[in-house]
Amino acid sequence: MADTEQTHTVADDLADERLIRVQGLSGLVHMTWNRLRSGELGSLPVVVGLVVISILFYAMEPRFLSSRSLVSITQFAAPIGIIALGIVLVLLLGQIDLSVGSVSGLAAAGMAVLVVRHGYSELVGIMAALTVGLLIGAVYAVLHNRLGVPSFVFSLAGLLGFQGLLLYVLGRQGTINLPSGSFLVEFTRFKFVTGLTSYVLVLAVVAVFLATQLWGIRTRTRAGLSAPGQGAVLIKVGLLAVGLLVLTWYVNLDRGWSYLWLFFVFLVVVMDLLLRRTRWGRHVFAVGGNEEAARRSGVKVGRIYFTVFASCSMLAAVGGLLAAGLQTSVSQASGTTDTNLTAIAAAVIGGTSLFGGRGSAYSAMLGIIVLQAIQSGLNMVGVDSSVRFMVTGGVLLLAVAIDSVSRRARSSSGRG
Amino acid sequence: MSAIATPLAREPVLSLRGVNKRFGAVQALTDVHIDVAAGEVVALVGDNGAGKSTLVKVIAGVYQPDSGDIRFSGINVTVGGPGEAQALGIATVFQDLALCDNLDVVANLFLGREDLAGGLLNEVKMEKEAWRLLRTLSAKIPSVRIPIAALSGGQRQTVAIARSLVGDPKVVMLDEPTAALGVAQTAEVLNMIERLREHGLGVILISHNMADVQAVADRIVVLRLGRNAAEFRVEEATTDQLVAAITGASDNVVAARAERRRTDGAEAQLEEGNSDG
Repeated sequence: MADTEQTHTVADDLADERLIRVQGLSGLVHMTWNRLRSGELGSLPVVVGLVVISILFYAMEPRFLSSRSLVSITQFAAPIGIIALGIVLVLLLGQIDLSVGSVSGLAAAGMAVLVVRHGYSELVGIMAALTVGLLIGAVYAVLHNRLGVPSFVFSLAGLLGFQGLLLYVLGRQGTINLPSGSFLVEFTRFKFVTGLTSYVLVLAVVAVFLATQLWGIRTRTRAGLSAPGQGAVLIKVGLLAVGLLVLTWYVNLDRGWSYLWLFFVFLVVVMDLLLRRTRWGRHVFAVGGNEEAARRSGVKVGRIYFTVFASCSMLAAVGGLLAAGLQTSVSQASGTTDTNLTAIAAAVIGGTSLFGGRGSAYSAMLGIIVLQAIQSGLNMVGVDSSVRFMVTGGVLLLAVAIDSVSRRARSSSGRG
Repeated sequence: MSAIATPLAREPVLSLRGVNKRFGAVQALTDVHIDVAAGEVVALVGDNGAGKSTLVKVIAGVYQPDSGDIRFSGINVTVGGPGEAQALGIATVFQDLALCDNLDVVANLFLGREDLAGGLLNEVKMEKEAWRLLRTLSAKIPSVRIPIAALSGGQRQTVAIARSLVGDPKVVMLDEPTAALGVAQTAEVLNMIERLREHGLGVILISHNMADVQAVADRIVVLRLGRNAAEFRVEEATTDQLVAAITGASDNVVAARAERRRTDGAEAQLEEGNSDG
């Protein structure tokens, strides 16, 4: 056969004559343009949005892009970002969890009551909060898998019910202040990576990234498959290194990277790895894309729903704990409607589809940065929170509109 | 009229005897038998409600028969579920293909049977294996890294058939594989079925399309009202005989229609000849 001869010169996966060969930099640019035109927008709209927002606020108030401002934006974005990370998982299955805010508040309140009123150690409090998250997720999974209740309904019930439970747990006083030496307060408010440590960290990240990229190229070429050129990889790594170093230098002018933000980024990277490189992640996407097909292929669909609902509620609990640390208190307002909707909006704005099966862990990060930037920008300019709600609503609408339009472009150009 | 085919030269790899299945008051299958040998394509035909789907689901392990024997490679087996059927070596390509549109070809081929290396997906090995499978089918898929949504109907059918080969099955069942396809794509799928036969697999092909059946099958098993109505070797069967076996009568709607068209055609020709002269 003709193609067996071809394989000696052409990699297995490029043997089809209909494939458009990408040659050189111009070819790469051309392919990227085609991909954008056919609706594979990826995270481009968010990044463009972020640039526009930065320029606008910078023009109105130059302090917006100061290193102090960037440090606090990242710091305050992290707790809700972690909640949004759970929302990304649920959205990937085509489900929704409206109760994450209430769950985060309830978990924080549970922790605070145990630690402050009953004198348990903070570790016990944190474990209890995580257990609360796990149990709520488990109940959701049972409601979904056994009874077939739509997630919109049971999480709406959870939104109301757990907010009530929050009020009940807090009791008459309403607000519980965390002790000043508490681990959560220290971790979220006062711990920063700066100076030499920060640069070493950046170099380590870049080195790991470079190593995995080169390893990927090596295994693919050995197996006779096409691999990206070393030049392209080096450019990518170089851009990452320069970008991270400049950002690190800039935030180091102030306090540096907060532990809280780095913890969030760590969770995002781990979640991305789980979603793209493990069997579990593959199955999450499969169930979100076509549940029946996944079931027939032997995917344990019920188990996937269980792990996703449980992870979402646990991440909500983690976010609630960190938010409590950042505010040094838990009050009746902890995790109310604002938290819920901000977390969901962040996941969607970041580019995770509401219709299931499309999205990435990074969308939680991008989305929450956009929302937090808008919030602190408006605060600096000195506008009322009424305007903030309206702007956030507009941005959310825009993000969903872009998602819908790109879906249409994808289906007309056959990219699903 | 049923020309019971000559006994098989080879030992059948899959053999069903006296299979009965009823749903409430409906006897869906009555004393049905079917054999498939390695390297043989058996077409299963019948009208709507003839019991084809029920029989397929019994073989695929979706339904349990009320009575009857299933022998696989000469051993009596019970197929307790779809998973057990796959483990035995019976693969089924369902009519709706059951692919995930948002996943790429490799991910779909190995869904539920992913290859792992150190806890992570072994993408390189799976991609390599994907190309090998597609090449054994001489399939034309431009890239295995594009989502299923970007493929044509024929290409999706190709992926579904390739996926059935992942576990090295002995028998592949195809439920209406050409129902939604164009002419060229149908030909490609038929080629693929022949390639399965060349690789020594037993193939059960369910189809409504007599032309496809006659083009590719070795034997044709006709079901009617849940019973074996007839069995033909493909070179012995004419379309008229098949239709008669499927509908259960020779003076049926289809035959009458064909007859009418033939006479109409003859008259038209006669008239044409007259006007010419």
